[in-house]
Amino acid sequence: MDKWMKFLEINSSRIFDLTIEHAILVGLAILVALLIGVPLGIYLTTNDYLAETVLQIASVMLTIPSIALFGVMIPVFSIVNLGIGFVPAFVALVLYAQLPIIRNTYTAIRNVNPQMRDAAMGLGMKPLQRLFRVEIPNAFPVIMAGIRTAVVINIGIGVIAAYIGAGGLGVLITQGISRGDNYLIITGSVAVAILAMIADGFLLWIQKRYTPKSIAN
Amino acid sequence: MITFDQTTKTYAGGVTAVKGVDFTVEQGEIVVLLGPSGCGKTTLLRMVNRLETISDGKIMIDGEDSMALDQIALRRKIGYVIQSNGLFPNMTIEENVMIVPDLLGWSKKEKKARFNKLMEMIGLSGDKFGKRYPHELSGGQQQRIGVIRALAADPPVMLMDEPFGALDPIIREKIQGEFLQIQKEVKKTILFVSHDIDEAIKMADKIVLLRGGELMQYDTPSEMLVRPKNEFVREFFGKDRAIKSLSLHTIQNLREIIGLAEFDEAITDTKTINVHHDLRNSLSMLLNQEAEQVIVSDDNGNKLGAITIDLVQKYLHFEIKAKPALVQKG
Repeated sequence: MDKWMKFLEINSSRIFDLTIEHAILVGLAILVALLIGVPLGIYLTTNDYLAETVLQIASVMLTIPSIALFGVMIPVFSIVNLGIGFVPAFVALVLYAQLPIIRNTYTAIRNVNPQMRDAAMGLGMKPLQRLFRVEIPNAFPVIMAGIRTAVVINIGIGVIAAYIGAGGLGVLITQGISRGDNYLIITGSVAVAILAMIADGFLLWIQKRYTPKSIAN
Repeated sequence: MITFDQTTKTYAGGVTAVKGVDFTVEQGEIVVLLGPSGCGKTTLLRMVNRLETISDGKIMIDGEDSMALDQIALRRKIGYVIQSNGLFPNMTIEENVMIVPDLLGWSKKEKKARFNKLMEMIGLSGDKFGKRYPHELSGGQQQRIGVIRALAADPPVMLMDEPFGALDPIIREKIQGEFLQIQKEVKKTILFVSHDIDEAIKMADKIVLLRGGELMQYDTPSEMLVRPKNEFVREFFGKDRAIKSLSLHTIQNLREIIGLAEFDEAITDTKTINVHHDLRNSLSMLLNQEAEQVIVSDDNGNKLGAITIDLVQKYLHFEIKAKPALVQKG
């Protein structure tokens, strides 16, 4: 234990830097995934046929082993000279985040009480007014749950990004494995777990803060 | 005024929900669409604000073909009340009520004033309830809010789809009465869907009875009860339709036409009933034998006479059956 504390003391600034790197990678990926996934999920509620196809593709995406997906990114991005590093890792994470975000957005909007939608139409709301004033606010908790799942998945999978040179907390773990250094492995793992818990807790707070009280239970 | 002109609804599969219906809802009247489930009453209602398309024929609102009007503008001009859950849980009561004025771009001040006025109409405090959310209100209060939301921008026409259907009988009866009171003031042209015969008789100036999308009879409640046009109408209103028709008449009507009986001061076991009570309730009071003698009083408590089962029966036979159109609803 003493040795471990000493290890943390020596490496604290490096651990901190890697955590920040990890958080930025995942944060940016989630942001872009949101910009794609939420509008797409909403659009799919108006197109049943496409919805099935897109959700299938997104499901398959999540079953690809992460190390394989990161591996595939290397030759693809080599074409534009970005084979390793931040960009391929970022793209892979965006893809992984799609399923929970699209699926939850789609399901949440679909499940808005039809009578509520009916009332909104009958009162003369235009489709976008209905979406922003009624459907999204009432679908919010389920959409947020999807985002939280995506964030936690991405923080975990982001560890693999170290293998293609994208940095992050995975660096500690991969180095630990190759050197047989348990301190490195444990420190990296614990840091990833703490990061995931903090991110999820923060998003849960936002979710509760902005969920209409009437539908919170 | 809403005019249905050969209005027809055929679904893609070839099922016809509404078949060439013709009738007019006059300005300021409540017309109840009544019929068994699946008779097309809700579909017909929803065709008015174009939540359902019109397959054939026309619906005219104040003389204008509804298809010629902009769909969004049309809906904002028509109040719409649905059975339950029509309130948006993410909005406060004030936001819910003021949706249409808000969509129409009213100023904050206008909205506030209108909200308080509407809340006053249903006897709730605007200040107290405005910031609350729908789930914090009772079912009856929520339904009242649903009604004033439809009235918010003062639309000439209102559509009500079983608005009181989800309430328990006691609250329902109370709100029906309140709503009739409000209607006396606002005089909207109202189309009202119901599957409850008693509600239809109570609320309607006229009833449209539908069956399988076809109009069976369009008449005042008393005409329909006394002179059903066909076997379906007769059966729909049931064997007790004579008793039902009594709810359209008050003791006052009976008093004016055949007079009340003398009451006996010597009898101590008496009950008093207001002269504006309807005859159906009066009759059940008499049949329950709650007291030896039932004395009728006016609003000031003056005793006007006594009412007996014989008198009600006489009134039913000689007045209602003989000349139903004579006595109009209060």
